Amino acid sequence: MKKIILSVLGGSLLLAAQTNAQTLINGAGSTFDYPAFTKWFEAYTKLDANVRFNYQSIGSGGGLRQLIVQTVDFGASDAPMKDDMIATAPGNVLHFPIVVGGEAVAYNLPGNPKLKLDADIVSGIYLGNITKWNDSKIIALNSGVSLPDLGIVVVHRSDGSGTTFIFTDYLSSVNPVWADTSGKGTSVKWPAAVGIGAKGNEGVAGQVKQLAGAIGYVELAYAKQNNMTYATLKNAAGNFVDPTLDTVSAAMATAKIPDDFRFSIVNAPGDQAYPIAGASWVIIYEKQKKAETGKKLVSFLKWTITDGQKISATLDYAPLPDEVVQRELKVLDTIKY
Amino acid sequence: MNGNATTVKTMEANAAGQWGDRAFKWLTLSMALSIFVLIALIGYELGSGSKLALQKFGWRFLVTNDWDPVNEVFGAVPFIFGTLVSSAIALLIAVPISIATAVYITELAPQWLRQPLITFIELLAAVPSVILGLWGIFVMIPFLSATVFPGLQKWFGFLPFFKGPILGSSMLAGGIIVAIMIIPIITSVSREILRSVPGLQREAAYALGATRWEVTRIAVLSYAKKGLFGAVILGLGRALGETMAVTMVIGNTPQIVPSLFAPGYTLASVIANEFTEATGNTYLSALFELGLVLLGVTVLVNIFAQLLLKTFAGPSVKPQH
Repeated sequence: MKKIILSVLGGSLLLAAQTNAQTLINGAGSTFDYPAFTKWFEAYTKLDANVRFNYQSIGSGGGLRQLIVQTVDFGASDAPMKDDMIATAPGNVLHFPIVVGGEAVAYNLPGNPKLKLDADIVSGIYLGNITKWNDSKIIALNSGVSLPDLGIVVVHRSDGSGTTFIFTDYLSSVNPVWADTSGKGTSVKWPAAVGIGAKGNEGVAGQVKQLAGAIGYVELAYAKQNNMTYATLKNAAGNFVDPTLDTVSAAMATAKIPDDFRFSIVNAPGDQAYPIAGASWVIIYEKQKKAETGKKLVSFLKWTITDGQKISATLDYAPLPDEVVQRELKVLDTIKY
Repeated sequence: MNGNATTVKTMEANAAGQWGDRAFKWLTLSMALSIFVLIALIGYELGSGSKLALQKFGWRFLVTNDWDPVNEVFGAVPFIFGTLVSSAIALLIAVPISIATAVYITELAPQWLRQPLITFIELLAAVPSVILGLWGIFVMIPFLSATVFPGLQKWFGFLPFFKGPILGSSMLAGGIIVAIMIIPIITSVSREILRSVPGLQREAAYALGATRWEVTRIAVLSYAKKGLFGAVILGLGRALGETMAVTMVIGNTPQIVPSLFAPGYTLASVIANEFTEATGNTYLSALFELGLVLLGVTVLVNIFAQLLLKTFAGPSVKPQH
């Protein structure tokens, strides 16, 4: 009898030891990254059976706050941390771009003609200065397309989102008036008189699809999956480019990226660079408190920006350019435990 | 001897009963108090969360229109306006429908129809708000903007409420969604109240030669008006705080315009929309203060409604419990 009890005890101790050997990595933040993380976690736990992940997609702002109060091992955000926020963090933080995404400017016009638009027109529409589809500026770029005398309804995201951050970052960088008034952020003040705020990519897509004359910005993957008509945009080099994984990667490859990886790639200078694109970051402390968890986290991050990029590409995130990956790997080697 | 024993027993039973009564009283009291404690805690949390915004904006928060997260200028007026207007529209639509339904079920409907009707209304209450919101976007709004809104504009377009371009997502759409959500609660509570009107009331009225309509009006509705008013207040509480479905159809634009075809924005919606991605401390604090304002608006509207009841309804017999 005693033997049985002992062996049962021993067995359960062994089990406990085994579960202890598993490292749990906690993360929180961006909803934009969530699909990529889900696929990555699934693939990575097959490579390293001793790691478990717990990611709460509570939004970038929430993820950063959790990182600052140190309830998570990493935060994920669609916008880099601002200086004043970094100042409140209890340790030095490092940014690592993990995915890049583009945004399509989708619209709803009778007959769904493919339109060419430039920065002046897009910002003019969102400022409320261009209010009709047959505005002379739009006609000038689209000879041969019959444009209706239809009012433009500007659709934007009502929920705070990284998508809005990237789009307003673009508007701010191409239009000084926009930069001075509304500026860039996850939520901003929208000046156009005829406008609607819709919740989520699906909300914006739904509004644009239903309302003749509507225009809105959605994540590239979303526009593709929903067969929406979107504009070809004139980039900084003066070429008209469609949003694709290649043109978004090109934007990242030609953008100037500082050493702390807090950058913006909107309106990038490359020949084939698509102008409305942005990255999403994982943010971690330079000095990891728990050595074991820290080491596992760093190997996971190294994997996501190398092999993991093939997996995220299947979800329409553009792959990180090689040069950026090499620089990130170097910084990841400087993490202290 | 025998009698004595019984007396002792009863006294013992009484003592035990008294102890039980006391325990019961304290138990219920503590449960009732826990609600006060909960509200006080919510108020305290909201207050401490919004300290930064309170210090920075003071009263201006309650009287200005600007909501600019980038430049950190915040004012709550368009959201208060949107909350009150969408709730008013909802009540305007929901109250007649709900009370008429409740009257039909309790007074007029044949027995075999009652239970199916009640079940359907309860089913409506069980629809999750995000589902109702999606239905709003993909079914209700296209229908409204194709038929109802142009019709309203054609016949009542001279009124400022029905002017301007029809975008679909609008204050009116928001009000209608809220109405759909509060109909079940007002109907169910009203039905219970009408059911509690004693049969003698009705019989007395019939005996006086009243018609069915007169019986319903004098003996039932008039008798139950305080209770019905309470049902409406319950619905109003839901309407003020309703979030997800409203967000999906109201257009989320902080503005104050008379047209109900124009998009609006409510307090609950802006909190739900912007809280997760709010990074700046002032911004976050301003959102907390919106929560505090929502709590305040709810309390004020309730007080106002109680006053209204006292002034206009006059003394009436409360439904028996």
